[in-house]
Amino acid sequence: MADVKFLLTGDTSLSVEFGNEISEEINAKIRAFNIALADSKLPGIVETVPTYRSLMVHYDPGVIQYAPLVKRLQGLLGQLDHIEIPPSEVLEVPVLYGGEMGPDLDFVAQHNGKTPEEVIRIHTSTEYLIYMLGFTPGFTYLGGMSDEIATPRLKTPRVKIPGGSVGIAGSQTGVYPIDSPGGWQLIGRTPVKMYDPNRETPILPQAGQYIKFRSIGQEEYDQIAAQCEAGTYVCRTYPREEGGK
Amino acid sequence: MSITVLNPGLLTTVQDMGRVGYQQFGVSVSGVMDPRATSIANILVGNDEGEAVLECTMLGPQLRFDAANCIAITGGDLGPTLDGKPIPNYCAVSVEAGQVLRFTGPKTGCRAFIAFAGGLDIPVVMGSRSTYMKAKIGGLAGRKLAKDDVIGFRAPRTQLKNMKDRNLYPEFVPRDVYTVRVVMGPQDDAFTDAGVKTFFSETYTVTPEFDRMGCRLEGAVIEHKESGDIISDGIAFGAIQVPSAGKPIIMLADRQTTGGYTKIANVITADFRLIGQLKAGDKVRFEKVSIAHAQDALLTQRAALRLLRKSVDR
Repeated sequence: MADVKFLLTGDTSLSVEFGNEISEEINAKIRAFNIALADSKLPGIVETVPTYRSLMVHYDPGVIQYAPLVKRLQGLLGQLDHIEIPPSEVLEVPVLYGGEMGPDLDFVAQHNGKTPEEVIRIHTSTEYLIYMLGFTPGFTYLGGMSDEIATPRLKTPRVKIPGGSVGIAGSQTGVYPIDSPGGWQLIGRTPVKMYDPNRETPILPQAGQYIKFRSIGQEEYDQIAAQCEAGTYVCRTYPREEGGK
Repeated sequence: MSITVLNPGLLTTVQDMGRVGYQQFGVSVSGVMDPRATSIANILVGNDEGEAVLECTMLGPQLRFDAANCIAITGGDLGPTLDGKPIPNYCAVSVEAGQVLRFTGPKTGCRAFIAFAGGLDIPVVMGSRSTYMKAKIGGLAGRKLAKDDVIGFRAPRTQLKNMKDRNLYPEFVPRDVYTVRVVMGPQDDAFTDAGVKTFFSETYTVTPEFDRMGCRLEGAVIEHKESGDIISDGIAFGAIQVPSAGKPIIMLADRQTTGGYTKIANVITADFRLIGQLKAGDKVRFEKVSIAHAQDALLTQRAALRLLRKSVDR
């Protein structure tokens, strides 16, 4: 991994940069390195933050200083090819499309010369890679949406979008984790709380996972919402089949 | 066993050393703007260094003590008084039930930190008591203090041993130009040589746009080679972002976890105590140091805190 760069981000963190583009290949390397680093139990590591093309590593210089840390990380990089990395996980997110929950579904369909049913079929047929989280707690930057349903943002953003709303902005798709203003075209809503500060796992999605949306009806929406309220709902996850890789 | 907020002041929040471990999920770290002043305040009243304190901004709050406790105030001098009589900063003070703590107005710096012996009764959310206003979590229901709020003490103390020794000469807070040390990176190579030279030779002025997220500076344009945009990456406390317009922004406690602007350099941890005190009109100059120098400075500061702890808790 000769092209990996170590960048200073102050005196208690550094950035391990794997490239200068947004690609699944680079993201896979970041994920592998993050897993290898966690498994290594290297003393002094405080937390890591995966982003599109780098892994930010926060550390305590009272335990390990910059130069020796870079040496240890370089050593880990050299072993990456020999470390078994578990397959990525898919997080299945149930969504009630259209109607009140997705007021822009018809517009997205119209814009692309499709029926609403076709938009739902296309939106639910892809596993979207979570490149990173940021912006607000639990907000996922997803890749891989089909251009067939790409739609520009609203000209005038909405003042308040309910948490759980699923939207499209250009060729991006994503879920609003909390109530916030925004200009995405809203096509549906999930009853699942992507972010709940008082839950044992406050944030469900993780960088390096994939999200797959599943279309549900009102009845199932209400059931899942009630289970979420009671704290008994568990979002389904399953290992991704690395077909063709 | 509590305090009642008679007047919340301009912006008073509960903060500790921040919410560590959740940046990968997009959760800002938050925490105090001046970790060193906070550590000292806590040591002076016998707390763990990371105990939650009240961070006061410019115009401090008015607090009535409904029970006795020992407190220490550090950071900028916002003019603390107890029942109208001035009390010293950087000194443990025992407060009786019924007394009122007020602040007359800032003399030096921008932020003061009030530590309470035994800590405040504030629930821990995701590992921290820090208030993160944007996500409405931590502290008092995720917001700043408001009139009539009541905040409980967990384990108040009417006296502390070696009370006379819990007294320090206040740390230096500049009145004119702040010289802040930085290490280069992560995107210093996105700037021209002239741009880097400008950054280190010019004096910058803090604009009115300064808050817990960041501090915008006005001054000579720092020249990029191409643009100030990058593919988003992580942002550390003290990162100096320079968007395409060429004006620097120092990123602070409530910063977003990731961002898409070039970062020319990062303030060293030993100098966070300075950038936590910046306010509109203050002047800032940047001085380049090596990473080894930065980490030595941090470890030296930590050693001094350990020494302080030994001397007051002996």
